[in-house]
Amino acid sequence: MFAAVLSLGFIGMIAAVALGLAAKKFAVEVDPRELAALEVLPGVNCGACGFPGCAGYAKALVAGAVDLNLCPPGGADVVAKLARILGVEASVAAREIAVVVCQGDNRRAQVRYRYLGLEDCTAAQRIAGGPKTCPGGCLGLGSCQRSCPFDAIEITVDGLAVISREKCTGCRKCVAVCPRNVIRMTPYDATVHVLCNSNDKGAVVRKYCQVGCIGCHICQKTVPGAYKIDNSLATVVYEHSADADEAIAKCPTKCIRDFTTGYPDGSRLMPAVPEKPHAA
Amino acid sequence: MCAAHNRLTEMKMKTFAGGIHPPDNKQWSAHKAIEDCPMPAELIVPLAQHIGAPSVPCVAVGQQVFKGQEIGSAKGFVSVPVHAPTSGEIVAVENRPHPWGTSLPAVVIRPDAEDRWSPELQPAEPGELSPEQIVEKVRQAGVVGMGGAAFPAHVKMSPPPEKQINTLIFNGVECEPYLTADHRMMLEEPERILQGVALLQYVLGVERVVIGIEANKPDAIALMTEMCAGTPVEVISLEVKYPQGAEKQLIAAVAGLEVPSGGLPMDIGVAVHNVSTAAAVTDAVVYGRPLIERVCTVTGPAIREPKNLRIRIGTLLSHLIDACGGLVEEPGKIILGGPMMGFAQLGFDVPAIRGTSGLLLLRHEDVALQPEGPCIRCARCVQACPINLLPTTIAAYARRDLSSEAAEYCAMDCIECGSCSYVCPAAIPLVQAVRYGKAAILAKKRKA
Repeated sequence: MFAAVLSLGFIGMIAAVALGLAAKKFAVEVDPRELAALEVLPGVNCGACGFPGCAGYAKALVAGAVDLNLCPPGGADVVAKLARILGVEASVAAREIAVVVCQGDNRRAQVRYRYLGLEDCTAAQRIAGGPKTCPGGCLGLGSCQRSCPFDAIEITVDGLAVISREKCTGCRKCVAVCPRNVIRMTPYDATVHVLCNSNDKGAVVRKYCQVGCIGCHICQKTVPGAYKIDNSLATVVYEHSADADEAIAKCPTKCIRDFTTGYPDGSRLMPAVPEKPHAA
Repeated sequence: MCAAHNRLTEMKMKTFAGGIHPPDNKQWSAHKAIEDCPMPAELIVPLAQHIGAPSVPCVAVGQQVFKGQEIGSAKGFVSVPVHAPTSGEIVAVENRPHPWGTSLPAVVIRPDAEDRWSPELQPAEPGELSPEQIVEKVRQAGVVGMGGAAFPAHVKMSPPPEKQINTLIFNGVECEPYLTADHRMMLEEPERILQGVALLQYVLGVERVVIGIEANKPDAIALMTEMCAGTPVEVISLEVKYPQGAEKQLIAAVAGLEVPSGGLPMDIGVAVHNVSTAAAVTDAVVYGRPLIERVCTVTGPAIREPKNLRIRIGTLLSHLIDACGGLVEEPGKIILGGPMMGFAQLGFDVPAIRGTSGLLLLRHEDVALQPEGPCIRCARCVQACPINLLPTTIAAYARRDLSSEAAEYCAMDCIECGSCSYVCPAAIPLVQAVRYGKAAILAKKRKA
C-alpha cells in the first residue's frame, strides 16, 4: 500500500516536470491580438466571412489584408471591438438580412402533386421540378431552417419559410441552400418587400397563386422610382424605397408587405415594436 | 413431375446476384399484337428526348415538313437530331409540358394526313457500307437506346480504338413489370431485329453475340432460337428477376463479368443494346428511315383495353388512352415506362418520347401509400441490391448531408433500380435518398 502510493506519486512528479518542460519548449507563439479577436467574434462558425470558422477569420485578421466587416452575425459592435484590438479604422457595412420572397403557402398556391418523399427542398425539387406549380415558390420543406445557425427561420403550418428580422444575422447560409433561389439578401432598413419569385406572366400566375405578383405595374405608377418590373415581376428598388409602403394598399394581389406591420399570414413571428413610425 | 422439372431447369438458368421478384403483370398485354395508333390531330415533338445535349430547332413556324425530315439538329457528340414523325405544318416552336416534369422546348406539327416521306431519305445496301458510314447513318437517324434511358446509340457503337469489344449482348429481357413492347417486337418483327443485330456485329467487329431473354417469354425464346439457328448469334434464357434488363446486371447474367466501379461495359469488352434499338438500326441503315415511331405498351388496371401500340414520337398521352378505349376510372398514378423505374406524370398533356416504352395507368387502390417508418435494420435492401451496396447506410448518410461518407459507401455505383425501396418494410424512400446523395456528391465534385 505504502509502496504503491510512493511509486505512483513519484511517477506523477516526473510526468509533471516533463510536461512542464515540454509546454515551455514546444510552446506555440500566438499573437495575443488573435486570441483577443477570437474572443470578440460570435463563435458560431457560420462561415459567412469566407474563412474556416471564427478562428480562421481571427487569424486572417491579424495577418492583415482582410476587411474587418466580414462578420455579418457580429454586426457593428464586433467591428468596433475588432478595430480597437487591431488598432485600425474600419467602416461598418450596412446590415443585411435574408427575406423569403414568397407568400404562396400550401393554402394560397397550387400544389400539383402530393409529395411524400424526403423532408428536403433540394430532394423535392428534383422530382419533376418540385410539388408547387409555381416555378419559384417556397416549397416549405425546411432546408433553410435546418441550415440556419441562428434559429431564425420558421416554417408555418401551411408550409412557408419565414425569416425573423430580429434573429437573422445575414450569414447567407439559407441563400446558398435554397434550390429555388426564393431567399434574397435585403438591407435591414428596408422593411417593404415584394413577396413573389415568379417570372411567369400575370395570367399564368393567377392560375396557381392567390398572392403572386402579376406584373401589373400599379406599384410602379403609385410610387415612381421605388419599384422596378422585370419579366413580369416587381421588385423594390431599395435605394429609393422610402415611400414604398404607399403602394401596399394598391397592390391587387397583396404581394407587397411591410415587415414592420405584419409578417406573412400564418407566421408567428412579429416584431415587438414597430421600428419605423408610419405616417397616418 | 412437370413442375419439378421446370423448377430444375429454372435453377440452372443464368442470372445475377441480388434482385427482386415483383409480380410481372404482363398478362394484360403480352398476347396482344402490335397495333398502329391512329394519327393524332397534333404532334408535340420535344427537342430533349435523349441523354446528352438537347437538339436545336432548325425549322420555322409555318414551314411544311416531310415525314422523317430533320426538325432539330444535334448539338455535340453525345446528342442526336430529332425528326418530323409525319408530314405536315409546323404550328409552333415553344415550351411545352415534357415527361420530365417541366416545360421544355418542343416542335408542334399539325399532320396533313398524307404521311409523305422526305425524298432525301434513300435506302442503302448495307453490304456496301463501311462501319463508319453505318455509325453515321445511325447518328443521323437519331437512334437512341429504346429500353428507356435513351442514350444515343452511335456513341455506344463507336468505342475508342483501344477498347476492343468482344461480346455483344442484346437485351430482350424486359424485366420491368407490365411492359410487353420488346416481347411483341421479338415475336412480330424478328427479321428487323436480327438484321440490326448483324449490322451492329459488323460495326463492332464482334464474334460472340448473345440475345438474353427472360424465361417468362418462352414463345419469344423459341422463335428467336429458331431464327438464329445456323448463325453465330446465341439466344440465352434467363431466370425471371428484376433488374435483369439493367445493363450491368445483364452482363453479369449472360457473361458472368462485372463492370468495374465507375467504369463502362466497354472497359471489359462488352456492348449492350436493346432488341428494339437493333430494329431501329435496321430502319436507319437499310431503309434510311429515322427513329420517328416506337412500340409502346399502354396497360394497367385503369385502362379499358390494354394494347401494344406503334406510336409516333410526340403523340399525347390522352390520345394513347383514347386509342385504348379510354379509362375505367380516374387513375391514381400515371407512369411513363415501367412501375419500377418509370416517371410519374402530372397529367395526360405530355407527349410520348423515344424512351417511352410504356404508359402505365394504376388505380388509387394500387398505389396505397404507407407512411415512412423507422429502419429496423432487417437488411432486406442489402439482400435485394443488385450492386451489393448498403442502401440503408448510404441513404442515412445522404439524408444527413454527409456526402463524402455516402461516396465512400459507393453511392455513385447505384443504378437507381428501386429494388431497395420495393422491399423496404418501413417504406423508407431509399432510392430518393441515394439519388439526393448522388446529386450532392456530384455538386461537391464540380465545386472542387
